[in-house]
Amino acid sequence: MTAAVPGPAIEVRGLRKSYGSQVVLDSIDLTVPAGTVFSLLGPNGAGKTTTVRILSTLIAADAGEIRVAGHDLSREPNAVRAAIGVTGQFSAVDNKLTGEENLILMADLRHLGKREGRRRAAELLDRLDLADSARKIAFTYSGGMRRRLDLAMTLVGDPRVIFLDEPTTGLDPRSRRTMWQIVRDLVSGGVTIFLTTQQLEEADRLADRIAVLDGGKLVAEGTPQELKRLVPGGHVRLRLADREALDKAARALERDGARAAGDPAVARDDEAMTLQVPTEAGVHSLRALLGRLEQESVEVDDLEVHTPDLDDVFLALTGPRAGESGATR
Amino acid sequence: MSFPALAVVDSATMLRRQLRHMIRYPSLTVMIVGMPVVFLLLFVYVFGGTLGAGLGAADGRSAYLEYVVPGILMMTVAGGAQGTAISVAMDMTEGVIARFRTMAISRASVLTGHVVGSVFQTMLSIAVVLGVALLLGFRPSAGPEAWAAALGLLVLTTVAITWLSVAFGLVTDSVETASNIPMFLMLLPFLGSGFVPTTSMPAGIRWFAENQPFTPIMETIRGLLMGTPIGDSGIEAVAWCVAIALLSFLWARRLYERNPVR
Repeated sequence: MTAAVPGPAIEVRGLRKSYGSQVVLDSIDLTVPAGTVFSLLGPNGAGKTTTVRILSTLIAADAGEIRVAGHDLSREPNAVRAAIGVTGQFSAVDNKLTGEENLILMADLRHLGKREGRRRAAELLDRLDLADSARKIAFTYSGGMRRRLDLAMTLVGDPRVIFLDEPTTGLDPRSRRTMWQIVRDLVSGGVTIFLTTQQLEEADRLADRIAVLDGGKLVAEGTPQELKRLVPGGHVRLRLADREALDKAARALERDGARAAGDPAVARDDEAMTLQVPTEAGVHSLRALLGRLEQESVEVDDLEVHTPDLDDVFLALTGPRAGESGATR
Repeated sequence: MSFPALAVVDSATMLRRQLRHMIRYPSLTVMIVGMPVVFLLLFVYVFGGTLGAGLGAADGRSAYLEYVVPGILMMTVAGGAQGTAISVAMDMTEGVIARFRTMAISRASVLTGHVVGSVFQTMLSIAVVLGVALLLGFRPSAGPEAWAAALGLLVLTTVAITWLSVAFGLVTDSVETASNIPMFLMLLPFLGSGFVPTTSMPAGIRWFAENQPFTPIMETIRGLLMGTPIGDSGIEAVAWCVAIALLSFLWARRLYERNPVR
């Protein structure tokens, strides 16, 4: 295999794909530096899986210049295939073979030779905590084990670029964390990860850069921090003891709120006895808010601070409500 | 590694995968082997006396056993085809096929693995059917060369029909449909010279029976094993097999390339 080509691991210019009259991907540009985690976020049907299928040579693009691991996707698909690994949202293991046989099958298809193939299979079974079930048929595996086997099969070929299409969908929290740790270890070994997910926490924890895909277009791109700055989602939720306190607090805060024109107003929920007050993050503004309430002698039962997270970004940027500011949950 | 060497190595890997599946889940194999044996017993012991008398033989049943074996062998091939179509259709619903497509391996190796595995399976059934026929009193007059030629033609036929059934397995969206399409192959030995001579049939059916591919194949096998006249059937049989194999191979490969994601 040739040495890693300097430059981005994945480079996409003007990628288009449509099925009939339905445009699935509309002129996508992406650059993923080698050795980083890039996450593609988006609602169901945004085109995430289609993007992965195109970049992993499974289906052809209608237009666009794509280079993966230094090779042109349309001219040298086999060179791309030799450098990548794919773990999709639907498990790509052979259910009729054991875990070990699945890995040896992959080693044989990578032409590693019998001894090296067995060594590699044993090493990966160990590394992904599957050694105890190595001789069991994959059909009997749990969801988490299956996904780990799937990833182990991807790793047999020692790929430089790995596509993970919703790798933790349907996994329990512990399996999810295990998967995240494996991904981090891979990246520290210099592997590039292209991750699609619907779980914003996952993107937030793993990704160096995130792109948000909606309706076949990239609507935002940046680091998780940069994306969070795009939306004003920070607020404090106050729960008051009774209606009297609720009225009092609402009056006081609305008077204040009027000073800062343009801010989203205080949202009042009579049923739950809560007030949702937009604030900037930080101890200072929180102290000011509580000070104001103390002045009015309002008793606060409970409070909850909400800083903008990727959920807010996601809701603000995608779907039918895109464009409305101050999306709240 | 050069391209042909890669194709052979990858196909061998896929064949190992296929054989493992067959050993681990033997029910399909048992059905494919068992069904023609049941038909053989049925046709010899239930219908054999009457049908054999119709052939004008003194001992109808044993004469009919000698007549019917090539037809049962073709049913064996057709039954194997049904199994192939089912296992290909089932395999295509597995995510691992999508994985193979993203790997730098010979594209046709998945299909080649299926074909070679199925040919093994069908030849195994043919051996069992011939074994049972011999036990029942089937006594071919063939010498070693004629036996070799007959087996060669059976292999060629199986390769051709197996590629066709791989295409059937690929063209459908469901395993159920895949198991139904090759059904017509099971009827072809009946609508040919498999169970009764074509001369006993009414004109329209007779025309079809004499011009469909299974008839020259069955006539050639009958001729090679029992010494009946072969005539042009040998050449026709080989021509049909080569044509079916080639067209089915091209069709199957196109279908595999066409539909990467289901």
